[in-house]
Amino acid sequence: MSNFFTMLADPNMRWIFFGCMLLGLSSGVIGSFTYLRKQSLVGDTLAHAALPGICIAFMLTGVKSIGIFLIGATLAGIVATFGIGYITRHSRLKQDAALGIVLSSFFGLGIVLLTFIQHGDYGNQAGLDKFLFGQAAAMVGSDVMTMSVMSAFLVTICALLFKQFKLISFDPGFAKGLGYNVGLLEQLLMLLVVVAVVAGVQAVGVVLIAALLITPAVSARYWTNRLGTMIILSGAFGALSGALGTWISSSVSNLPTGPVTVLAATTVFVLSVLLGPERGLLAKRILQARVKRSFLKENEVLHTASGDRMKGETAG
Amino acid sequence: MSISNAIPGASAAATQGASPLAINGLSVAYQKKPVLRGVTFEVNEGELIGVIGPNGAGKSTMIKAALGLIPAIGGEVLVYGKSLKSQRKLIGYVPQRESVDWDFPTNALDVVLMGTYGRLGWYRRPGAKEKAFALDCLSKVGMADFADRQISQLSGGQQQRVFLARALVQDAKLYFMDEPFAGVDAATEKAIITLLQELKRQGKTVIVVHHDLATVKQYFDSVLLLNVELQAFGPTETTFTQEQLQHTYGGRLSFLDPGSLVVSGAGGGGGRP
Repeated sequence: MSNFFTMLADPNMRWIFFGCMLLGLSSGVIGSFTYLRKQSLVGDTLAHAALPGICIAFMLTGVKSIGIFLIGATLAGIVATFGIGYITRHSRLKQDAALGIVLSSFFGLGIVLLTFIQHGDYGNQAGLDKFLFGQAAAMVGSDVMTMSVMSAFLVTICALLFKQFKLISFDPGFAKGLGYNVGLLEQLLMLLVVVAVVAGVQAVGVVLIAALLITPAVSARYWTNRLGTMIILSGAFGALSGALGTWISSSVSNLPTGPVTVLAATTVFVLSVLLGPERGLLAKRILQARVKRSFLKENEVLHTASGDRMKGETAG
Repeated sequence: MSISNAIPGASAAATQGASPLAINGLSVAYQKKPVLRGVTFEVNEGELIGVIGPNGAGKSTMIKAALGLIPAIGGEVLVYGKSLKSQRKLIGYVPQRESVDWDFPTNALDVVLMGTYGRLGWYRRPGAKEKAFALDCLSKVGMADFADRQISQLSGGQQQRVFLARALVQDAKLYFMDEPFAGVDAATEKAIITLLQELKRQGKTVIVVHHDLATVKQYFDSVLLLNVELQAFGPTETTFTQEQLQHTYGGRLSFLDPGSLVVSGAGGGGGRP
């Protein structure tokens, strides 16, 4: 444990630690809604689509700033969302195929632009290629400050509009019937996903951020049947993964923080699948065994009872 | 798109005596094919109305378009003489049970509480008053003991009753129900029909998409026969006739025993007193 405190004694590590926790928290919270709306892959697509958006934003401004990247990623995300909608409406393709097409073409474009930037004469382009897989060690205080603002924004919106987000996740038709502007609320959820993606792009990168949008939410579902609890748990699992990721990667040399964070989230997921009450594999096995035992016992009692009756009848 | 065959002055008739639902020239198209064409009718207050027609006739589409859930390419919907938008609070809705994922992390009471969201405003959460009312509505459909039950652990009929309780909580005057009787057990069917009668007694108007032709006479005051276009609309006794059914369903009803379905004689002396 001393290792943990020496890590926190280093101010740089402290920023990284908090940054990764915040990232896990916000992606866990918003990921719960995308998972329940069966749009986990949409999150993945938005993350990949963010790459060309970020590259174009950098090419136009020549500045590496989270605020500018957020604008670029949001615009790219909007184009991607419209692209998915257009393909599913105007072709016979189902959503999964549309997602695949949009995801890979945007990511391809992103890689092309990234290479272009690296070989062009853009000053200060160092570190942009790290957006693929992230480099948490490159985070500084001001980055984490921006991330805090973004996470606070995301969590506040989710808390204020919990009722609406819950309703459009469960029954969007009924929500429309009540007069809610479901399209607008859906767009807002998408925007929050983009916020989480941009917040995570430095630490985890666009490729792996989807893991933090999906895995904590899926894990949390194993522990509860209440949406509120699930969202809090999902945020906590995400933050825990971020903390573990930073800690492990700082104690072992040459381990990348982002991927280790993702692996930590996966470990939480595996434990949840095994140990979750009711839904967990273990709980299901135990329940099955118990049902079987009580069934056999009841049967036995029944048999003996009918046996006794038969005996009585023959005797009489 | 403008409506060519609108009743002149229909919107001006925004009076107390206006019909709960007046639909005028409602049309819907998916892709290029119209699935609902120029449907016009006006319901009477306090009636139970069955919407009948073959598969793909546009029954659900009509309800969804009337509620503004899907875009119409033409037509006008007036609720108590005013536009749908301004009258949302007067409308209750029971969607098809299969339209949602019942593995959603929530319990029966929570689903019922969703019916109160419309009058709570943007940021208020349901409080003690709403919870008490929701429990009351759950017991009206015989589900009081299941309030805390995770919704995936309810049977199909129980889930349907939860949806009905959610509509009751909306405390509406005009109800739309999309196949509430589909795939439910006898207990639920009885609970639903008792509830429909109760709503009728309270002077509410209920429009029900229905599939089981054998129970139409028994359940509904009026029927609306639909097959893309409106085929017939009126009191069950005079409208739910062999002739009209043949017309609506085409030849597809010929294998059924006509006597068991329709009121004896088109004029209708039988049926309800």
